[in-house]
Amino acid sequence: MSTSIDSTLPRSELLTMLRTMKLIRRFEERSAEHYGRGNIGGFLHLYIGEEAVAVGVISPLRDDDKIVTHYRDHGHALARGMDTAACMAELFGKSTGVSGGKGGSMHFFDVEKGFMGGHAIVGGQLPLAVGLAFANRYRGEDSLVVCFLGDGAVNEGEFHESMNLASLWKLPVLFLLENNGFGMGTRVERASAQPIIHRLADRHNVRSHREENGQDVFAVRQATLDAIEYIRDGNGPYFLEVMTYRFRGHSMADPIEYRQQHEVEPWLDLDPIKLLSDRLLENNLTTEDEVGAIDEDVENEVNEAIQFALDSPFPTPDELYTDIYA
Amino acid sequence: MAQLTYREAIRAGLEEALQSNPETFIMGEDVGAYGGSYAVTKGFMEEYGEERIIDTPIAESGFVGTGIGAAIAGMSPIVEIMTINFSLLAMDQIVHIAAKARYMSGGQISVPIVIRTVSGGGNMLAATHSQSLEAWYARVPGLKVVTPSNAADALGLLRTAVADPNPVMYVEHSLLYGSRSEVPDEHYTIPFGSARVARGGTDVSIIAYLRMVPVALQAAELLEEDGIDAEVIDLRSLLPLDTQTFIDSVHKTNRAVVVEETWEFGGFAGEIIAQINEKAFDSLDGPALRVGGVNVPTPYSRPLELLTIPTPEMVADKVRSLF
Repeated sequence: MSTSIDSTLPRSELLTMLRTMKLIRRFEERSAEHYGRGNIGGFLHLYIGEEAVAVGVISPLRDDDKIVTHYRDHGHALARGMDTAACMAELFGKSTGVSGGKGGSMHFFDVEKGFMGGHAIVGGQLPLAVGLAFANRYRGEDSLVVCFLGDGAVNEGEFHESMNLASLWKLPVLFLLENNGFGMGTRVERASAQPIIHRLADRHNVRSHREENGQDVFAVRQATLDAIEYIRDGNGPYFLEVMTYRFRGHSMADPIEYRQQHEVEPWLDLDPIKLLSDRLLENNLTTEDEVGAIDEDVENEVNEAIQFALDSPFPTPDELYTDIYA
Repeated sequence: MAQLTYREAIRAGLEEALQSNPETFIMGEDVGAYGGSYAVTKGFMEEYGEERIIDTPIAESGFVGTGIGAAIAGMSPIVEIMTINFSLLAMDQIVHIAAKARYMSGGQISVPIVIRTVSGGGNMLAATHSQSLEAWYARVPGLKVVTPSNAADALGLLRTAVADPNPVMYVEHSLLYGSRSEVPDEHYTIPFGSARVARGGTDVSIIAYLRMVPVALQAAELLEEDGIDAEVIDLRSLLPLDTQTFIDSVHKTNRAVVVEETWEFGGFAGEIIAQINEKAFDSLDGPALRVGGVNVPTPYSRPLELLTIPTPEMVADKVRSLF
């Protein structure tokens, strides 16, 4: 972990980044708790351990940039500033949720925030991102689209079709690969003939980079800024692979029998939140008291979100038939 | 009234869309320099430019998804899938994103895309290039599926498709492009979910869509010689489906035969017959019957291929069995 703190960032922004990462962590820990209590159903894919990626990638984006992502989408949504209570209400299946209770954990949407969905068929979100970027280019806008994908998605045909199209038409897409080492329970090396995944981008003449320090929010942020500059200069898409680790199972239903604790432990030492707060403390950019206050503030926000979700009504039966057609 | 071919009517509708909305573009395999596999967009690239008439790689999921993304961004794309067989490679985008984005986002998203594609067999193209899969899409809530059988309907339905804020599968038939019919000169549209009585009659209702409409009309002529006065209903759209027009017809004629080109087993005709049983059972003088394609992969060899697709004679025979 060699990257230093980005000295161009004001202290307030550094603390905001820390707070957002803590918010994602607590939001998900409490979601898991309410999954256990039966308040949340279906699949719940936790992002715990990968928080530096969401915050490092999304914090430098502009308001008019768009985000398309996969089913492990809570972290991206919260990093984009989507309403915490509405996100929690979505998990509870309530009508006040970000998708009206019709999408659930895997399908968060907030069009006003440019958050164009969590998408749950692996690889399916990639052509969509290309299309959003196509519209930007057609209209002469200089905003871009960030398309998050996991390491499992790169073996889908849609990945290659989308990379080719974006490169062929020089579209402003940042393909953001979160390489957490596993597609569900299958290790990257057992699924990809080219396990150095970003090299696949060469095949499509797409500029790429692998950021090894994916647990370091500053490293991720700097790699993202480089990619953004390249894209906004009109060079076409960019493929950024970020190495990270999923601390929990694939979903709440995962017994995690495919990996050993001894391989998990070194990663747990690279907890992105601890890395960041330690760094801020070492550099006298914050104090234990201030970090404690952030923790308390986050806890309150998540508690309020849970209360909001509990108090909110379920969709009424007539909402079954709304939103099918415009 | 002008006499237009089916192809010319579709071309006219596409040109209207391109001229009236600068955010409409046409995208697909060989729609530009080649002029379209069925020459529907011939000359468009020269007229409207490469920015709007866009040749794509052979990557159905990629470019259909691109069109869907552009539609979600508020544009009005018209994407061509060369044949409906190839649409299977884009099914993830059509069924999982276009059809569901609005619902799963709680109504935040609209997907105003028109996906044009070509259905049907009869060209000696064998099993992978002869399918009629439109009814598969008609089972997906969130999509609309329209099936014009003649030039006037093709133009009227295309205008409606272009104006519709939802994803529309606009399904053409390869053997209809040269067919000619009268098209009104004044501007008109045809709403989805409005079936058409293609031929009035009193003795039996023959219900069909796409190329089976002309087949049904020819069957009706054959039946005239037997003194049977057949009514032919053209569904025009499968989703939404106008049930009232054929139910009214069955109440009048007391007999029903449903015709479709695709495999009879598990087909759309079964749905129509279920609707008739539910809504007009007391009017029936006999079972509602169906004539569909034979349940085999379409063979290449001409004599075999001809056995797989309903003909006017097959339809007439089925109708006669009710008398």
